[in-house]
Amino acid sequence: MSHAASHDHNDHHHHELAPFWKRMFTTSNHKDIGSMYLIFAFTMLLCGGAAAMVIRAELMYPGLQLVQPDFFNQMTTVHGLIMVFGAIMPAFTGFANWMVPLMIGAPDMALPRLNLFSFWLLPFAFSILIFSVIMSIMGLGAAPNFGWTFYAPLSTTYAPASTDFFIFSVHLMGISSILGAINVVVTIFNLRAPGMTFMKMPLFVWTWLITAFLLIAVMPVLAGVVTMMLTDRHFGTSFFNAAGGGDPVLFQHVFWFFGHPEVYIMILPSFGIVSAIIPTFARKPLFGYASMVYATASIALLSFVVWAHHMFTTGLPLAGSLFYMYMTMLISVPTGVKVFNWVATMWKGSMTFEVPMLFAISFVILFSIGGFSGLMLAITPVDYQYQDAYFVVAHFHYVLVSGALFSMFAGAYYWLPKWTGHMYNTKLAKLHFWNSLLSVNLLFFPMHFVGLAGMARRYADYPQQFADLNFWISIGGFWFGLSQLLFLAVLLTAKKGPKVDAQVWEGAEGLEWTIDSPAPYHTFEEPPVVK
Amino acid sequence: MRSSLILRAGVAIAALVMASTAMATQFDMTPGVTEISNKVFELHRFMLYICIVIAVGVFGVMFYSIYAHRKSKGVKPADFHESTLVEVIWTVVPFVILIVMAIPATRVLIAMNDSGDADLTVRVTGSQWKWHYEYLSYGDEKDVGLAYLSVLSTPRDAYEHQGKGLFNMSKNKPDFGKNPHYLEEVDKPLVIPTGKKVRFLVTSDDVIHAWWVPDFAVKKDAIPGFINEVWANVPVGKEGLYRGRCAELCGKDHAFMPIVVEAKSQADFALWLKEAKVKAEEEAKAAANSVDYKFADVAEANKLGEEVYNGKCVACHQAGGVGMPPMFPALKGSKMATQKEHIKDHIHIVVEGKGAMPAWKGILSPKEMAAVITYERNAWGNNSGDLVQPSDVVTK
Repeated sequence: MSHAASHDHNDHHHHELAPFWKRMFTTSNHKDIGSMYLIFAFTMLLCGGAAAMVIRAELMYPGLQLVQPDFFNQMTTVHGLIMVFGAIMPAFTGFANWMVPLMIGAPDMALPRLNLFSFWLLPFAFSILIFSVIMSIMGLGAAPNFGWTFYAPLSTTYAPASTDFFIFSVHLMGISSILGAINVVVTIFNLRAPGMTFMKMPLFVWTWLITAFLLIAVMPVLAGVVTMMLTDRHFGTSFFNAAGGGDPVLFQHVFWFFGHPEVYIMILPSFGIVSAIIPTFARKPLFGYASMVYATASIALLSFVVWAHHMFTTGLPLAGSLFYMYMTMLISVPTGVKVFNWVATMWKGSMTFEVPMLFAISFVILFSIGGFSGLMLAITPVDYQYQDAYFVVAHFHYVLVSGALFSMFAGAYYWLPKWTGHMYNTKLAKLHFWNSLLSVNLLFFPMHFVGLAGMARRYADYPQQFADLNFWISIGGFWFGLSQLLFLAVLLTAKKGPKVDAQVWEGAEGLEWTIDSPAPYHTFEEPPVVK
Repeated sequence: MRSSLILRAGVAIAALVMASTAMATQFDMTPGVTEISNKVFELHRFMLYICIVIAVGVFGVMFYSIYAHRKSKGVKPADFHESTLVEVIWTVVPFVILIVMAIPATRVLIAMNDSGDADLTVRVTGSQWKWHYEYLSYGDEKDVGLAYLSVLSTPRDAYEHQGKGLFNMSKNKPDFGKNPHYLEEVDKPLVIPTGKKVRFLVTSDDVIHAWWVPDFAVKKDAIPGFINEVWANVPVGKEGLYRGRCAELCGKDHAFMPIVVEAKSQADFALWLKEAKVKAEEEAKAAANSVDYKFADVAEANKLGEEVYNGKCVACHQAGGVGMPPMFPALKGSKMATQKEHIKDHIHIVVEGKGAMPAWKGILSPKEMAAVITYERNAWGNNSGDLVQPSDVVTK
């Protein structure tokens, strides 16, 4: 089918490639676009990180030290938005662009021009958002200051003018995500090499397929909720305005109906990456492949019926609280299955500990810690004490930073030699790993304690008893932030190391290791046959 | 080899449990003072211990594997990669553990949910950035008719330290000697009796807030247009001050609207209630009479006005009247506060409110409102010379 079509296509068989900065505007190559996504995501990671540094500098000592509380709120808002929508999600799309075609033996993504379009929406979306911060710094009015969860009516009736920038920006991000997800689904359904049946697909492809369906299901809901905000703000509707007969809690239902599957959108591809890395370095096939697929699908399905666990304190009826508590607890079963399978994969393997494996193992442990605190948060009566306190902040940073972000570092260190054809500076990479591992725990572990002791989140200043721990949390924050510059150094020197062959890692299996390193510009123009 | 490892793990668990008990106050949830808060605390510890045991088990196996099954030791990899039996076991066992967790959790939740038969009912209304307490009914008294605002009493200059720079922060800390309850103190705490079931009806005037008192295990969102119920029963003998805070992001001063609840014995509470009502009546009368007061000149009104401004208005309109446009307009040099033809509008917006601006009638007396309007029209170079008298401030 489309293999034959793409063969005759005349923009293939270039011998001289235009330089990257030139072809990035016109390319339809999945490897180019994958790199563009990854570079963009890393840039956003540094921007979102800069906002986090402002937050931690302000909270290092009690007293309002550096910024106004309103600017502090703007920082927590853009930090969350940029990290979720600008760093984590586009980075996973970047990995999907690079690796899904290589893993299923496809010549490219199924919809290459759509692919380029969905990427180019992002720089515009985030320029708009960041522009509102620049205006705020210049004193021309506040940037969005209502938290990344933008609860109405703080984000509607009481919001700054820049909220309209925010709404437009979220719309663009949403369109980009939906188009990217459609592309992944179409690619996986149509472009698998002969013999690559669904139950032979690498787990990364499976997790991304399921993630893509989640994205298609919930991104329109996000678009809907910001549109309702827009009409509340400008066209006289009262969806979320109690004075007009509206319902502020409706906002939270709609938002979290998007927001909870979103949580899994940001972690399922991690499961796929880690499931590729652990077998490689344990030199043993993944334990329980089929159960991994079923567990991923169960998590995805359950993610649609747990959203109100974010809202236990809004006054849910007893029956509602019980339902959402039980459903949420249930998610720990398939999640547990995954962790057990990874451990069983390591068991009696022949392990080595290269940088990707180090990150993958820390992922398993630290993500599990986030899973445990998640299970504790599911218990409604105790959630009343945890909710909106630093315990929650600790929980979701364990899942998203030492979870999702660490898995992406693992993935980058795993596939970078395939992308560049050179082994990166492993000493520098190990330095990055150990600094990240130690600092991430100094940064987020004490947050459990301050949260349990009663510190509410999104506080620009705090009472005396939280001062000691916040100091160390800030030290951890600066340390973690600076450690990421080591990753930048590894990337900038990525082509300076020794050349690698196609296999790269001794125990690695899969189609991506059958092609040359660096991966040629065009791969699998003749589909491989999978037995 | 293996038994000594298990022994070591056991010692480690015991040490962890002991350490976590010892660190309770600074590093862990408070057990609180009510029966419910104690149950919540026990549930929290129960969950924590189960998680620690599972974590030690799973990570123990993993670390053992990392230690023993490495290539550098010459281990040849096994090739098993599937076992339906094992998969079933580690699906069913966690499920059983979940049921063990769910049973006590359900019990506590049902107990917390029963807000019937309250002795005292208080309406708690959040607004940017203060709490409004109204005593509705107490025992046989169906209409107590006592209401007041409760705001942060830590002075602004105790926490506003900006602009001293990144490297002076350690020297720039608040003076905890002078303000031992820094950001955890209010002008008028909520007073409740011990040994009585107190029901709180939580709502909001503007954005969503959350009323959180950790010692009662009470956290409820204050949502405009909704009234949420929650309750606490502080046992006799546990009289004292309990400090809490707003837990839902509610705008710029989210961190500056603490909650203080004072639990008094029933006798003391009855006495306090009586006195508070008398005092409130006197204040209401004085406020009503203040309509007839006449300021001698702008200077006299300015003096009271400045006090009122710094107490009530400065949080939004800022020191120097510069505001935070566009949400909180500047007063300095504004048409509203300088032009003669806008005096009426100026008075109206202060009295009746508009959008984010609360209505101040009922909170400020006509005299105070007249004073603060006069102050706003003359301070910061506005110099209009206008003198607004209490009788000009019409409250319907």
